[in-house]
Amino acid sequence: MHIVVCVKQIPDPSAPAALNADLRLDRSGKVLLDEADTYGVELALQVGEAHGESRVTLISMGDATDLSGLRSALAMGADAAIIVSDPALSGADSLTTAKVLAAVTNDLQPDLVIAATESSDGYTGTMPAQLAELLSLPALTFAKAVRVTASNVSIDRQTDTGYDVVTSSLPALVTVTAGAVEPRYANFKGIMAAKSKRIDVLTLTDLGLSALAGSWAQRVVSLDDAPQRQSGATLVDDGTAAQALVDYFVSIKVL
Amino acid sequence: MSALTWWIIAEPNASGMTNATKELISEAVRQGGDVSVVTWGDTSAELVDGAGRYGARAVLQLDVSTGFVPGAPVAAAVAALCAARSPDVILLPSSYDGRDIAGHLSARLDRPVLTNVTALSVDDDVVTQHQIFGGTKIASARITSDGVALIVVRPKSFTAVEEPRDVTLERIDAAPSPVTPVVITESHLDERTGPALGDADVVVAGGRGLGGVEAFANVATLATLLGGAPAASRAIVDAGWVPYAYQVGQTGQTVKPTLYVACGISGATQHLVGMKGAQYIVAINKDAAAPIFSVADFGIVGDVNTVLPALNALVRSRTA
Ligand SMILES: Cc1cc2nc3c(=O)[nH]c(=O)nc-3n(C[C@H](O)[C@H](O)[C@H](O)COP(=O)(O)OP(=O)(O)OC[C@H]3O[C@@H](n4cnc5c(N)ncnc54)[C@H](O)[C@@H]3O)c2cc1C
Ligand SMILES: Nc1ncnc2c1ncn2[C@@H]1O[C@H](COP(=O)(O)O)[C@@H](O)[C@H]1O
Repeated sequence: MHIVVCVKQIPDPSAPAALNADLRLDRSGKVLLDEADTYGVELALQVGEAHGESRVTLISMGDATDLSGLRSALAMGADAAIIVSDPALSGADSLTTAKVLAAVTNDLQPDLVIAATESSDGYTGTMPAQLAELLSLPALTFAKAVRVTASNVSIDRQTDTGYDVVTSSLPALVTVTAGAVEPRYANFKGIMAAKSKRIDVLTLTDLGLSALAGSWAQRVVSLDDAPQRQSGATLVDDGTAAQALVDYFVSIKVL
Repeated sequence: MSALTWWIIAEPNASGMTNATKELISEAVRQGGDVSVVTWGDTSAELVDGAGRYGARAVLQLDVSTGFVPGAPVAAAVAALCAARSPDVILLPSSYDGRDIAGHLSARLDRPVLTNVTALSVDDDVVTQHQIFGGTKIASARITSDGVALIVVRPKSFTAVEEPRDVTLERIDAAPSPVTPVVITESHLDERTGPALGDADVVVAGGRGLGGVEAFANVATLATLLGGAPAASRAIVDAGWVPYAYQVGQTGQTVKPTLYVACGISGATQHLVGMKGAQYIVAINKDAAAPIFSVADFGIVGDVNTVLPALNALVRSRTA
């Protein structure tokens, strides 16, 4: 089985985020593998292990100066990676990303494509559905659990009130939520092996997609501070907090 | 300039219409739009009545089966209808199905989609506002080319206001999707009593400071005693203490209750963005420097596992 996993390299989410003068996210610092994508990588490895004779290829779009995010996913056990990196894609919207990743996926002809439900930095949450539509693949989204046979995939799909079991034939695209699987830690052997695994860096021209450069029609035009909330009284609990809370609940009429 | 045509994508719902649909219709009406609700499956009389009550002029019912995951088939049907009728703006709720449909529709129509929108205005283009960096900044974005604007709105961004109009129901043969359908074979409901998290007037949320899953019972009890819903930070959802449906924040639900009680939650920006809109916020945290106190109207510096049981006992004796 050939499994493709979309993975994104993102700025460290625990570092304070900043925008550049052009109102795009500052991506100049170190990059990490988006934690949201570690679930997809783990799922791909598990499905591959269960089906024998399998291959896991990572695909990504973004700056390729620092490849440590992709190396982390390779260290977990993925076989190879392809990253499309082109200055003409700076600031691309999610539909453009989907078009680029669709071109890469088409060349690979996978049985299964996996992505996260939303990225930690952009969190538009639409790229995978756009990708599925461009590739005419069934999209099984928001998976809490995934079961793959040789010809079918079935997931527990998160709903507002519980979950649905949904199913389709392969090839298909699945998006996984955090917690669907437990991502493994890369061991020393994995980390060493990852150093020599293949990472192809492609440009728009390589993919025959030069026309996509700067073609998107979505622009951030301004940035303002959000209104701040004022904080009120605090009480250090000396045994009276419970009564003070009851009084407060009464004063705001919830009791 | 004549009124813009707005379509609101509404999920079929046994009880008629979701609050998100009401909010979206109201906002489109407020913008002076000519508003239609687009839905699929067996359209209930409640939905048609509700659409009219909030000011829509028409309900367009696509004959797409509710036995399939709606993303691809609904998008194919809406895309075909767009070609025939050229709406100016399509608003979708930021729900699981809403986000799926938006993605598929964007690719079908070759139009960008703006997501996580919390406010909008119309000049020559549609300008949308997005809360970023955990809601500390507001970014404004613009779609700068001609064609339909696809916009996915966070719940609770707009207020629903009744504005009754006569409404028509039109049934529409759906154009088929080229994509193999994803079939829904089973539906499971989480066991949960009391109001839904998104609709609750009181939300009591627990975080890692509870120390363990057993202590979440105190959170759930207070929620029940106050007629509200229990909720959680991502830390304890990821730890498997409670289901994902409880999560409040950037990757979870947005809530806007009268009262939000945060118990053992630090107040990370990704959590705050989902609950800052509450009218009153109470925080219980043993660390006086926890960021949650910067948004709290009333803060208790104390041990949540001492304060909550005592509070529950007092509230129970009052309501008994
Ligand atoms: C991309 C991204 C998206 C995210 N989305 C979300 C989201 O949607 N929702 C969300 O909640 N988080 C989200 N997070 C995670 C977020 O950054 C925080 O990690 C998370 O909210 C922390 O949860 P917590 O407050 O329960 O735990 P902690 O941050 O560990 O805080 C525990 C708190 O409990 C206090 N405490 C400890 N013991 C006690 C005691 N006995 N009594 C009282 N207080 C006590 C501590 O002082 C501390 O303040 C996201 C993160 C990222 C990177
Ligand atoms: N540039 C990218 N490269 C690789 N995968 C991506 C990229 N953008 C989005 N994805 C995948 O799509 C998911 C949803 O992304 P988003 O639509 O940005 O929230 C991410 O979590 C990734 O799995």
